[in-house]
Amino acid sequence: MLEQLFAPAVIIGILASGIQLATPYLYASIGEMFSQVSGVLNLGVEGVMLIAAFVAYYVALKTSNLILALALAALAGALMGLLTAFLSVTLKAEQGISGIGIYLFGLGLSDLLFLVLVGTPTAIRGFPELDLPVLSSMPVLGPILFSQNILVYFAFACVPLAWFVLNKTTLGLKVRAVGQTPEAADSLGISVARVRYIAVIVAATMAGIAGASLSIAMFNIFQQNLTSGMGFIAVALVYFGGWRPFRVMLGALLFSMVNALQLWIQTLGIGLPSDIAGMLPYILTIIALIFAARQIVTQPTALTKPFERGE
Amino acid sequence: MIQTVELRNITKRFPGVLANDRVNLQVRAGEILALLGENGAGKSTLMKILYGMYHPTEGEILVNGQVVQFKSPADALAQGIGMIHQHFQLVPGFTVVENVALGLKSSRGPLTDLDAVSKRVRELGAQYGLHVDPNALVWQLAVGQQQRVEIIKALYRDASLLILDEPTAVLTPQEVQEFFGILRRLRDAGNALIFISHKLYEVISISDRVTALRDGRVVGEVETKATTQQELARMMVGRQVVTRWEKSDMPPSDAVLQIKQLAVSNDKGLGAVNHLSLDVRAGEILGIAGVSGNGQRELAEAIAGMRRVNAGTVQIAGKDVTNCSPEQVIAASVSFIPEERMVMGVVREFSVAENAILETHNRPPLSKRTFFDFKQIDAHVTKLVREYDVKTPSLETPVKSLSGGNIQKLILARELARDPRVLIAAQPTRGVDIGATEYIHKRLIDQRAAGTAILLISEDLEEVRALSDRIAVMYEGEIVGIVPPDTSVEELGLMMAGAQKNL
Repeated sequence: MLEQLFAPAVIIGILASGIQLATPYLYASIGEMFSQVSGVLNLGVEGVMLIAAFVAYYVALKTSNLILALALAALAGALMGLLTAFLSVTLKAEQGISGIGIYLFGLGLSDLLFLVLVGTPTAIRGFPELDLPVLSSMPVLGPILFSQNILVYFAFACVPLAWFVLNKTTLGLKVRAVGQTPEAADSLGISVARVRYIAVIVAATMAGIAGASLSIAMFNIFQQNLTSGMGFIAVALVYFGGWRPFRVMLGALLFSMVNALQLWIQTLGIGLPSDIAGMLPYILTIIALIFAARQIVTQPTALTKPFERGE
Repeated sequence: MIQTVELRNITKRFPGVLANDRVNLQVRAGEILALLGENGAGKSTLMKILYGMYHPTEGEILVNGQVVQFKSPADALAQGIGMIHQHFQLVPGFTVVENVALGLKSSRGPLTDLDAVSKRVRELGAQYGLHVDPNALVWQLAVGQQQRVEIIKALYRDASLLILDEPTAVLTPQEVQEFFGILRRLRDAGNALIFISHKLYEVISISDRVTALRDGRVVGEVETKATTQQELARMMVGRQVVTRWEKSDMPPSDAVLQIKQLAVSNDKGLGAVNHLSLDVRAGEILGIAGVSGNGQRELAEAIAGMRRVNAGTVQIAGKDVTNCSPEQVIAASVSFIPEERMVMGVVREFSVAENAILETHNRPPLSKRTFFDFKQIDAHVTKLVREYDVKTPSLETPVKSLSGGNIQKLILARELARDPRVLIAAQPTRGVDIGATEYIHKRLIDQRAAGTAILLISEDLEEVRALSDRIAVMYEGEIVGIVPPDTSVEELGLMMAGAQKNL
């Protein structure tokens, strides 16, 4: 039984689905990283993803226009980001608690809208696989990397882009500054609130795209609690990656590969109880976080601390 | 370029407080104006108004004769006014050049132009002697260098009036001399500088003119050449101040606090105190001089039982208290005035009374069988507050609303009321006004006469020299020498920078 796992086709299958599974994590965690680097822990990612996933699904169901569906999902994410920023930055709410609120709100609202507007789950046609010319015909790597839907490619493109924005632009400099020493940024005439609003809205927009990537590119359907904890894993991946884009990507890949592995184990009917297999990725996350907790050099020191002008 | 800046009839009212009362002040290009005053005299408020952080209730600001209005520091900067805060406004995880570039328009649009900034930083460094590596991470720099980064930041933004808020508080005597050199160069290049301080000897040595504030009002304006430290002290406090203390002779007696080969780590797990040995005798004040961060804090906390001792021993009157809990150390008759009074000295939200009984609340007479005896507590605290001159509206007032000086007096009262055999006083007068400082000094001297062994840790050399019977200089976790209290500041400064002195 176990030797089935090592058949070349299966390995390629595992890796290819690992890459695809990484997509929602990448969008959500790269976005979340922005928010955290600016000093705001946006714990409501899961809720934002759910709402956006529903919006994307619903628009795709009604119009079959996937681009419009994606755009409106991103917009829904941005609006949730505005709400999150209003709670965390303007009202200075305790971020852990308000994040849970956002999550529950998203969970409930997406379910409600689904029941009222759709009712029975109907599959839609999502983003098709897009074979990149030449590259996709490469042996092994072709099917793994270059025969994916367009949202997968964009997700991986976001990683170097995020690195570039954080490290090479004035906006990135400001985002990092307000996350470490908001007082210093404030004293130089930078609006801490504005920068954090931008970061949080960017984060939530990306969480929105993450949600859409589930409902209109991966599963092509919506159901209650479609994300089943992915948003929270994305938050954990940011810590695991130490607020550095490429390490966050590594974490996302590691997690989704193990996830793909356990899905294949279940599919192939290997004699491992499915509940145990299903736990693997989460156990891995916990172990990874224990080790990741040690590297704190790049931690945004003002994370979860609302900024208030002293004296 | 700023020629003159003038504050006219500036009044600033906070709810219940008149922080500035019709203050007039003028500063010109090419001069260093010292703004002298006690804590709470209104210096910082006034300067925050000038820097656009506060808005005056009344009065106006004139730059080069034109009335201006500042909505924020950005407006003040645009007029050429820069401020170097006492607590540096730097991002520790950033490089020097990133700190300078932060918030500036980049020549490359949305992309940063760190190379260009770096070049200009080097130029400014060469011009004014502000040497610092543009690519160094700020948290790795010494405090003196961080200060240079702050000045460079202001100069980079074309500030030609620099407001320096207590800039020397964090520097060694040598660094102060170097820093004064930089200030003179800045002045000679045609900049105007406002130097905020309550250290008289520094004011005398660096400024051209002095404006003194007391209770929010200008109480004196003099040319520095035409005044003396005594006159400035009188202006600032409003009465004659005692700075020299008569101490009774100390008869040789036994060491009460004995530290042998003590090794302690700092918060990062690195060695902070390295096999340090020290004896403090009954009726003696042993002063520890040293630049902040050389292990003084860790030493004090280790003695007080608040930090793990890795090796070596601490003995109180022959009894080993190494790695005992704070409670056990207190029981061994050790009192501790911690450096961070708001964190370790008091519970901010607790009332004056609650803070005064933190250590003794759980035993008679203040409590009996788990219940407080509020009558006793009230009587005890009332006595302490009166005896130690703590100015508080009531015993129920939360300590966070008291002034620094009064909080320190409250801590002093609590710690000395137990009549300890050993007193560890860490920075007992930091940030405390002259009046309260004088009072605290007097209490320490009295306690010495009562036979307490006092370990005085202070970065204020004047204080260490005025109070100590012996001075131990600490550098990188070791005692580099023990010298008599009349040792010159220059010599102490050299030792504080690591020069060995034969014991």
